[in-house]
Amino acid sequence: MKEFLWLIPALPLAGSILLAALGRSIPARVSAAIGGGTVGLSALAVLAAGVDFMSAPPPEGFHVQGLWTWVDLGWFRAGAALRLDALSLTMAAVVTFTAFLILVYSAEFMEGDEGYSRFFAYMDLFVAAMLVLVLADDLLFLYLGWEGVGLCSYLLIGFWYREANNGYAARKAFIMTRAGDTAFVIGIILLAASFGTLDITAVMEGAASEWQGGRLAAAAALLVLAGALGKSAQAPLQTWLPDAMAGPTPVSALIHAATMVAAGVYIIARTHVLFALAPWVMDLVAALGAATLLISAFSALVQHDLKRSLAYSTMGQVGFMFLALGVGSWQAAIFHFMTHAFFKALLFLSAGAVIISLGGEHDMRRMGGLRSRLPLAFWTFLAGAASLSALPLVTAGYYSKDLILEGALAGGGTLLWGAGIIGAFVTALYAFRMVFLVFFGEAGADVKRRTGLKAALPLVALSALSLLAGFFGVPSFLEAVLPASQAAPPVGHRWAGILSSLVPLLGAAAACLLYLGKRGIVERLAGSGPGAVLHRFLGSGWGFDWLYERLFVRPYQLAARAGRADIIDAPYAGAVRLAERLNGLLVKTQSGQVRRYAAGMALGALLALGAMVFI
Amino acid sequence: MILVWAVVIPLLGGLAAWLSGRLGSAFPRWVSLSALALDLVLLLTLLDGGPAGSRWLAEIRIEWIPVIGAGIHLAADGLSLALALLTAFLGMAAVAASWSGIRERTGFFHLCLMSVIAGVMGAFLSLDLLLFYVFWELMLVPMFFMVAVWGREGRYRAALRFFIFTQAGSLLMLASILGLYFVHGTETGRYSFDYADLLGTPMGLATEFWLMLGFLAAFAVKLPAIPFHTWLPEAHSEAPTGGSVVLAGLLLKTGAYGMIRFLFPLFPDAAATIAPVVHVLAVVGIIYGAVLALGQTDLKRLIAYTSISHMGFVLLGIFAWEGLALNGALVLMVCHGASTGALFIIAGAVEERTHTLDIGRMGGFWSSAPKMGGAALFFALASLGLPGLGNFIGEFLVLLGSFRVNAAAAVFAALGLIASAVYSLWIIQKVFHGPAPPEAGIADIGGREAATLASMAAVLLWLGLFPGPFFERTGIGTAASMPTGSEIEREAVTGVAGRIGREKSGRPPGLARHGAGEGPEEMRGRQQGK
Repeated sequence: MKEFLWLIPALPLAGSILLAALGRSIPARVSAAIGGGTVGLSALAVLAAGVDFMSAPPPEGFHVQGLWTWVDLGWFRAGAALRLDALSLTMAAVVTFTAFLILVYSAEFMEGDEGYSRFFAYMDLFVAAMLVLVLADDLLFLYLGWEGVGLCSYLLIGFWYREANNGYAARKAFIMTRAGDTAFVIGIILLAASFGTLDITAVMEGAASEWQGGRLAAAAALLVLAGALGKSAQAPLQTWLPDAMAGPTPVSALIHAATMVAAGVYIIARTHVLFALAPWVMDLVAALGAATLLISAFSALVQHDLKRSLAYSTMGQVGFMFLALGVGSWQAAIFHFMTHAFFKALLFLSAGAVIISLGGEHDMRRMGGLRSRLPLAFWTFLAGAASLSALPLVTAGYYSKDLILEGALAGGGTLLWGAGIIGAFVTALYAFRMVFLVFFGEAGADVKRRTGLKAALPLVALSALSLLAGFFGVPSFLEAVLPASQAAPPVGHRWAGILSSLVPLLGAAAACLLYLGKRGIVERLAGSGPGAVLHRFLGSGWGFDWLYERLFVRPYQLAARAGRADIIDAPYAGAVRLAERLNGLLVKTQSGQVRRYAAGMALGALLALGAMVFI
Repeated sequence: MILVWAVVIPLLGGLAAWLSGRLGSAFPRWVSLSALALDLVLLLTLLDGGPAGSRWLAEIRIEWIPVIGAGIHLAADGLSLALALLTAFLGMAAVAASWSGIRERTGFFHLCLMSVIAGVMGAFLSLDLLLFYVFWELMLVPMFFMVAVWGREGRYRAALRFFIFTQAGSLLMLASILGLYFVHGTETGRYSFDYADLLGTPMGLATEFWLMLGFLAAFAVKLPAIPFHTWLPEAHSEAPTGGSVVLAGLLLKTGAYGMIRFLFPLFPDAAATIAPVVHVLAVVGIIYGAVLALGQTDLKRLIAYTSISHMGFVLLGIFAWEGLALNGALVLMVCHGASTGALFIIAGAVEERTHTLDIGRMGGFWSSAPKMGGAALFFALASLGLPGLGNFIGEFLVLLGSFRVNAAAAVFAALGLIASAVYSLWIIQKVFHGPAPPEAGIADIGGREAATLASMAAVLLWLGLFPGPFFERTGIGTAASMPTGSEIEREAVTGVAGRIGREKSGRPPGLARHGAGEGPEEMRGRQQGK
């Protein structure tokens, strides 16, 4: 299987090219079969590679397959190569299996859309790019995947391109992540200029031996972090994610929940050597993760749009992963990436089932009482919400989140741990708020369509994973690539552990109190003066959009509009006008009056004579 | 002899096209297309490599005006050949793009087009400064006619501006050529316009500097560099589509070529002196062009401003005068020719169908013309530097190379990557996305347009994914060391040539020697110390 590693990204890529070439000429069933089938085959290839990898582990812990030499010029060399190790295998497995389930679901969800084939072409392209990202052994090749997923995200957010708002959301996502990506590119350039190669192993070895405690390591880590913040929608580059929900729901599930937004987590884990060299950058990672967690959790609590609420939730959960990375619990971060991929994809897909059966309704205020009318969506959403809240013992989310909180206490201190605890509480609160608003209470809109088999199977499979995936031994499996957390647990960590297990239950109970039955307290709170202001503030994502609009968007647009006529042209235009004026003046001398000509001649002769005499 | 034919064939083809125009308007098109195809095939034979021991893949000297020391000296190395191939290729694209748009005086149009191409080709191949100047002027006049006769409403003004700007630059260059000629003559007693003779002419720094400025004026106007760019948006947007393709794809490249071939090798110290200033101009150009592009309402004008931004990268790459950056600039030149040329062709196709270039009156064309939309998306992505397409390789190498020379300039230039995303996606949004137009929409691209665009896309994909052969056969590194005493130049050129194939360990040689803890700061110091 080692020799066929290239098949893993190549299969979805082939599917995408095939779909693009065939275009609208093939029936929908065939499009779906090509789109889902190639990703399914890719998942099988990952499975085969995984079995192969685990039955006969390579001695150095990873296996590299070189594809071709991309750039080899002077002192710089970058190759297109794939690398299979515990980390990339975990990532690839999660990506392909989740993507396959989501594509099966999409076959039903996208039915009747005029862009059916285009949808699968873009989705396959995304999967291929994502697999390049996680399997690349070279940072430049990784960047190819990195920009590739960004492109597909843009294409799929703006999938329904007739709506100008969707286009705006798509461009916002692309441009904001590009801002991070540009920093990332500068980081790549810094590494390449220092080591002459972008081979990840060589770069990390070089950094470890030559950059000990140096400012360059911190600079490189900061630049990589900036790229990660953009891609993973972490503060301060987070505001594109809620708008990205303009895309079809399976897109939100795959790209903006399960896989792409975790790319930032992956890149930090992949370059953890760099971050370990710069402790204060690690602290920054943890702080930004914790900040994003709190910002987004409170925003999720007040959203009316079901998908936006889930989007804020995704930001928060990725914030948890950043928190784990920042305190050195690398394994916990990747573990949480995996469980999050399952339960968040599940939440989005069951939300999609709700939305489509209500004829495209997103607003939770117009939902309600759907428990009995959409039992499948209810039970699966409940499983996802339970895992998101990390209800102890029975959900996968519990195991990964507990590991993160444990690491935060040991490696980060009480402050970060406290932020994590508050975040976990609010997470459980808003998760069950969604459950109660959508599925309990008075009946809202009418159900127009029932979930079919193709959508039901992925929902059931993801529910099972969301509840049971916690039993996979991911952390110990990752030990070969990511070092275990070194920090010793502080005194009293047992009590802290019990508290962190209880917090989700408290959150769920609070949600019961606030949102089940009459919502008097909430309505009174939101209705009071300061409460309404706070509600608006949180609902808008803490005003970041407002700020960025004034700081960046408007000045840029103003400059573009002001510069339309090109200021630099002014001197040239001035020169033209000057020439025309002079021309006008000189034209006047050609008056046709003989007297003037004679006077002019006399004057000229006089001047010439004077010049001859005196000079 | 191939080199002579490479220049003569477009000229003869142009004359034949003109004459055949009397038989019918289809004839000039086919004649021009076949002449350029023949030219392309001829040039491709040079890829096999030149005679052993020579830095030129092909070289020829024919006596011209021996009295004053001017000869017909043509030669091609990797740099010339890459650009000559681009010239023939984009020439064909320009003919194809004018197929249905040019209906009046087709014969004369093709004479003009082919003369421009011959001039560009000659400029890329000549090594005699007087001959170079002749070709440089040969581009100018027919281009003027192309804009002035077949252009849009504002064509006279645009053509005149184009002429005055470039002519002012050219005359300064002529003065410098003559100055160099006499300085060299009085120093050595041998009066010659030949490149090989003039290299390494001994002169004081002040003399060198003023002579260099003359060349810089001509090349900076042509490139164009800020603040000499204002002729470009107008000329591009008023020219017929074929003219825009040739202007953006080829004429701009002659400025960059001149800097690499003549400016740096002839005046190495003066060029190094002014380099920091040019770095600033380049970075300002990158940002300025990108910001102004967003403000435009005319589709062709918008694309024209993106050219200014891209050429800023080329300028930065050249004045970094570092092996990677130079090769990056070359790749970027070729890819900019293909991607921007293609965008102009698409803009032309839209104009033909809707009779407007106002993006405010476009939108939603994706539903009626998905192939055209897909193509536009592809080239817009190339233009924003998506990895996997050639422009990215060019920009990345420029940034990487110049980072070691001037890290601050490279970092600020990288901001252009964000700005390019803004305008590229704006084009797609305004023209192809958005609500469907109330009318029936537009016809999708036909076979001829599809073939043209597909070939340009293939070039971008090839250079984006497998640039290896390009660097091997046509890169600046294959030029071997130039016969000059200049240290800075030798470092840059042999830096690539010498190390290709040897340093496979992937480490910059400096680091291996100098031990641990060394960053680009130190490397930069060393490089400047030389």
